[in-house]
Amino acid sequence: MSSPTNDRSNLDLETPDKTYLDSNELIINMGPQHPATHGVLRVILKLDGEKVLGTECVIGYLHRGVEKIAENRTYTMFNPYVDRMDYVAAVSNGLGYCEAVEKLLNVEAPPRAKYIRVILTELNRIASHQLWLGTHALDIGAMTPLFYTFRDREEILKIFEKYCGARLTTHAFRIGGCQYETYAGFEKDVKNFLAFFPPKIDEYEALLTTNRIWLERTKKVGVISRADCIALGVTGPVLRASGVKWDLRKAQPYEAYSDFDFEIPTGENGDTYDRYMVRMIEMRQSLRIIEQAVNGIPEGPIMGKVPKVVKPPVGEIYHSIEAPKGELGYFIVSDGSTQPYRVRVRPPSFVNLQALDVMVRGLLVADVVAVIGTLDIVLGEVDR
Amino acid sequence: MPNFIMSFLDSKAAVTPGAAGNQFWALMYVLIIFAGVSVAVICMNWIERKALAHFQVRLGPMRVGPHGLLQPIADALKLMLKEDIIPAEADQFVFWVAPLIGLLAAFTVYTVIPFGPSQAVSDMNIGILFMLGVSSLGVLGIVVAGWASNSHYPLIGALRSSAQMVSYEVAMGLAVVSAILMTSLNTSGTGTLSMIGIVQAQQQQGIWFIFKFFPLGLIAFAIFAIAMVAEVNRAPFDLAEAESELTAGFHTEYSGLRWSLFMLAEYAAMIAVSSIAVTLWLGGWMRPFPNLLHAAAWDFIFSLFPGLTFGGLAAIALIGTARMPAHSFFKIQRAGLAVFAGLLGFIALLLLAIAVAGRSADASLAARFNEGIGYVYWFVLKVAVFMYLFIWYRATWPRYRFDQLMRVGWKVLLPISLGVLILTAVVGVIVS
Repeated sequence: MSSPTNDRSNLDLETPDKTYLDSNELIINMGPQHPATHGVLRVILKLDGEKVLGTECVIGYLHRGVEKIAENRTYTMFNPYVDRMDYVAAVSNGLGYCEAVEKLLNVEAPPRAKYIRVILTELNRIASHQLWLGTHALDIGAMTPLFYTFRDREEILKIFEKYCGARLTTHAFRIGGCQYETYAGFEKDVKNFLAFFPPKIDEYEALLTTNRIWLERTKKVGVISRADCIALGVTGPVLRASGVKWDLRKAQPYEAYSDFDFEIPTGENGDTYDRYMVRMIEMRQSLRIIEQAVNGIPEGPIMGKVPKVVKPPVGEIYHSIEAPKGELGYFIVSDGSTQPYRVRVRPPSFVNLQALDVMVRGLLVADVVAVIGTLDIVLGEVDR
Repeated sequence: MPNFIMSFLDSKAAVTPGAAGNQFWALMYVLIIFAGVSVAVICMNWIERKALAHFQVRLGPMRVGPHGLLQPIADALKLMLKEDIIPAEADQFVFWVAPLIGLLAAFTVYTVIPFGPSQAVSDMNIGILFMLGVSSLGVLGIVVAGWASNSHYPLIGALRSSAQMVSYEVAMGLAVVSAILMTSLNTSGTGTLSMIGIVQAQQQQGIWFIFKFFPLGLIAFAIFAIAMVAEVNRAPFDLAEAESELTAGFHTEYSGLRWSLFMLAEYAAMIAVSSIAVTLWLGGWMRPFPNLLHAAAWDFIFSLFPGLTFGGLAAIALIGTARMPAHSFFKIQRAGLAVFAGLLGFIALLLLAIAVAGRSADASLAARFNEGIGYVYWFVLKVAVFMYLFIWYRATWPRYRFDQLMRVGWKVLLPISLGVLILTAVVGVIVS
């Protein structure tokens, strides 16, 4: 495997070099307070005029020590904490954690719970992609899609709220299944959403997909090659847009994903536009999964045989799922007590963010915000 | 009344106060235009926020006054009361003077904008040249602001802005020249640069220049319409303030009153460039079909339009009043909106009364007012369409990147405008 092209040896952020005539390079801080860094990311940019010579990401402004907190909480108590990492895809975070602990306990959620989990997780994937689309478009200067996506995301959040009482940090799942049975009308709500949403995707696409300015701003911008993606460990839509057909829902099916028929969209060029298209298609594919799940949802219990006190045997487990942003992995070490000895989270945002430098070298300042947007990072997850 | 006041009002020979040498009325016109543009900017502020909000499935300002009607006033007050911050590292004097340059450039343009054949401060024989020259001085304010802030983002914004304006000015100028060429037709080869003369040429030729030599006039107009958006730094060419990239671009370090001066200058410049477009291609102050529908009855019908427009606005406000929730919480808002509707209705009645009183084309004061109101009304209506387009662009399009913007300017607009210019000249020679 070739090494990624992010050689930073020539990047000296202390002393700006001379460029030509009597001008200097410019070193500016983008963030931590900046409209387009999606929270508190700080990117130090080294610029020649507007051309980016190199970047350095400074993270940690939102560090809360989630992994350390885990060591002082029981397995059950830690469950809500994971929602606070990727707070726009809290359901996926919870799913990954619950599954990892279930694997450790060697229990399995009953089929009905699995279907409920799939429906909610895929809804959350759509919600996450909607938020990404809105903010990404806003970064590139199109204000309006933001409001359309937020309007439609509301429908998903309403379903979450009705199901578990919370809209954002849902804590929807429990170790071993789900705590709540679906509410009366859950299936109807989901089916309504399935009918409601496809025209809305068309609406977003009408604003952007063939918009000349959008094409110019996204095509051939922030290109990352297949090899670089793999070498940097980039996953999720970013990896798929570079032409790698890798989706954990297909590659190592978890939950009930092997029951469903869906496709993994891939791009060819690995540019911002391909990532946009991949995510747009993913939303439609998620709808397909939800449709199959809600039509085939089995009857039965929703909670597996989990002891009152979760006390897994000594051992360790790594379990990863396909979160909206990429591979979300939990590595849990158990020392046989009620509290995990160590929890290590592999957050997709953090890993994907490392590709920023490779992607923006040689581009302009305007592209930096486009690339930050297209990486779809959530700082809560990057910093943990 | 002193003679110099009344003589101008009575005079049948319609000339601008500048041409008549009447300095009192020239000053009055300046004040009227200044007040009018300021009011227009306030209205535009409200309309932009409301229209943009409705594009984006939200309500926009709703709290300050009925439907947020008092929001611009509240904002203006807030901005005036804010602390006046000058960064310690900034070049104090230049920082102070920068917004004034922009404002001055934006407002000076209005001296030659013809709201009617005599409704202008002055009719310069180089009007359009003056206008282009002064309006492009606006960039100086931006560059100086970015430089004086002594900060990175404003500096980048200022540089972007200067490069952008320089490249779009060329295409814009060539498009303007092709319109000026059209004025020389049918007048034995003598064209005019006077803004009033350009509109009169359209009247004589019986066609708006946008339709002249179809599609040449239309293309030139389209080029100007694109370039003028870039000229005033509005979306999708708002690179100089690119909120998501440069936080606020050239005015990042500005706050309070100074910042509001920049906004005032921006909106005044928007109205100014729209006025150029209207004057050059859309027949300026002329009402639709002035030659075809020229009977006195038609004159009367068209003179009712201003009154009817205000009547329509009053009706909308009245419907809004009726639709207000019946809750006592909205009592004051409802009363406010009703008063506003009454005000609009009063203006409507006044305009209608003038239209009725002045329908005989004699030299009475009412007739002269009636005529002037008609000119200003059609001019403002056409400009308003452009202002709405500015909002529409902003709601629809993503922002261009710097290099793409330059490419569009130099590689697309410039060659096309050159081609249109040459073709216009060739066709013009063949025709005449």
